[in-house]
Amino acid sequence: MTDQNVQVLAQSSNVASATPDTMAWDSRARRVVMIYLPLACFILILLFPFYWMAITSFKPNAELLNYKEHNPFWITSPTLAHVKHLLFDTSYPRWLKTTMLVAIGSTFLSLFASTLAAYAIERLRFRGSPYVGLGIYLAYLVPPSILFIPLATVIVQFGLFDSPLALILVYPTFLVPFCTWLLIGYFKSIPYELEECALVDGATRLQILWRITLPLAVPGLISAGIFSFTLSWNEFIYALAFIQSGANKTVPVAILTELITGDVYQWGALMAGSLLGSLPVALFYSLFVDYYVSSLTGAVKE
Amino acid sequence: MSVTTLPTRGQVLRQPGWLARLFDYKPFLIVMCLAPAVGLLLVFLTYPLGLGIWLAFTDTTIGQRGIYIGLENFQYLLKDPLWWNAVFYSIFYTAVATFGKFALGFWLALLLNNHFPFKSLIRAIVLLPWIVPTVLSALAFWWIYDPQFSIISYLLVDVLHLRDSNVDFLGSPWPARFSLIAANIWRGIPFVAISLLAGLQTISPSLYEAAMLDGATSWQRFRYITFPMMMPILAIVMTFSIIFTFTDFQLVYAITRGGPVNSTHLLATLAFQRGIAGGELGEGAAIAVSMIPFLVFATLFSYFGLARRKWQQGEAND
Repeated sequence: MTDQNVQVLAQSSNVASATPDTMAWDSRARRVVMIYLPLACFILILLFPFYWMAITSFKPNAELLNYKEHNPFWITSPTLAHVKHLLFDTSYPRWLKTTMLVAIGSTFLSLFASTLAAYAIERLRFRGSPYVGLGIYLAYLVPPSILFIPLATVIVQFGLFDSPLALILVYPTFLVPFCTWLLIGYFKSIPYELEECALVDGATRLQILWRITLPLAVPGLISAGIFSFTLSWNEFIYALAFIQSGANKTVPVAILTELITGDVYQWGALMAGSLLGSLPVALFYSLFVDYYVSSLTGAVKE
Repeated sequence: MSVTTLPTRGQVLRQPGWLARLFDYKPFLIVMCLAPAVGLLLVFLTYPLGLGIWLAFTDTTIGQRGIYIGLENFQYLLKDPLWWNAVFYSIFYTAVATFGKFALGFWLALLLNNHFPFKSLIRAIVLLPWIVPTVLSALAFWWIYDPQFSIISYLLVDVLHLRDSNVDFLGSPWPARFSLIAANIWRGIPFVAISLLAGLQTISPSLYEAAMLDGATSWQRFRYITFPMMMPILAIVMTFSIIFTFTDFQLVYAITRGGPVNSTHLLATLAFQRGIAGGELGEGAAIAVSMIPFLVFATLFSYFGLARRKWQQGEAND
């Protein structure tokens, strides 16, 4: 761009040509009103429920249910009673363990299946490969709400009712399409020449996948893993429909069905349970947030 | 590449075993690679989908095989005011929540597209509502909507003195419907914002420079550059959002379970209530199947969104 253009630009963007001082102040005030203020409101609203969850978890009941004498936005005498109740008087640790098991199991199963599928579709190139890819992608558009009733009967037929194994086997139905889609994109970005060289050198296809393609696709595998883990941790309807006994429930289902008893809700324990159930995902996510955001934006750009 | 006449030393020394040779046979390898994914999807997705459609035409109940009864389930649903109510609320919920999510999410994306300090940290924070399990954040909303101890009521009544009495968020139909929609919008904003931000970043700044040289106002720049350039990505993200909002289950089940007086049932929660909790598998399946026409419509919408994108970019079909 030439200097002349810059000048024209500068002029046109500040038509009301004021002295440089007021201009700077003007644009700064404008920035505050147009950007920072709305952004602050967004962040406040998006984070408030978490703040509320956290503060409720550590509030003694007296403060929790008395807004007249205590400011509800703050805690004067924080307590661990709710957390203690949750950890020692309920099966919460066990629910956490089940959820972890299910999330890790289904994540590994999905990564295994979708890596192979993505490799076959993107690199082994056969006549129907675009259609297989499209078919797997379309599977993502079939929502669990349509499937849970017939799936429940299938699970019963397989003798898997009330078993966490059922969830490990069923979650890949929504994880595999997503991961395959993500990994196809990653494999595409790895130069095909690398594999051709290895083929010429006499490596088998499986050796190529294991020694060359997979190590290069690690960032893709990590983001697919994070997505799968958070999605399976989050899953609710299958866990609600297929698991009956209190001990085998996952955290989201158990909190809703086991912790809520009678008409008086133990808000402190409920919120502590929600907070504790959110933490693993939030921690896991914060460790890999850059992968997460870039793969999310990358996936949308594709 | 032609086959070499002289075997190289490597080939002589290392005769591949029959297993390795089998795995180098391409059709076999393709089948083996696709088997786990396709197998899982066939057994736990395609088969249940077909079974679900079949169940919708039977009178199956839990513990009892049903017989084919034709369209009886659907005829019954058409006369069922609760089903009509669920159809109405599912559409209303999807329409209002999608509109809210996209209006606010687009705004947030435009805000995040500016330069300011701690940009990546703020993006990470903004995504939180989307990461945290829906049911757990829904519980927080349930507590926020509590009839007696709602923090919103406290603000309105005791701090701002805008009202005399607490708001009855979940006690009567319309407030409950809007309360659920608000929670859904809250959860959906981050995904929309981050996806649209990705789209915004692909728009070339030179377009804006050219427009500014021509004297376009910021509204005109948005209307004639940003918005049309965002159309393809909007279409995709919106299709996903519509499909998952329309078939939503968790939020409603966690906060109202369809109440008060069944006013907030979505088709998914009604299907659960009839099919699993009530044991009427056939009828529940019919309710679930009645969502399909809507979903097909949304998928076609996505398809045409994509087709249009290719046309805009002048790409060959790939």
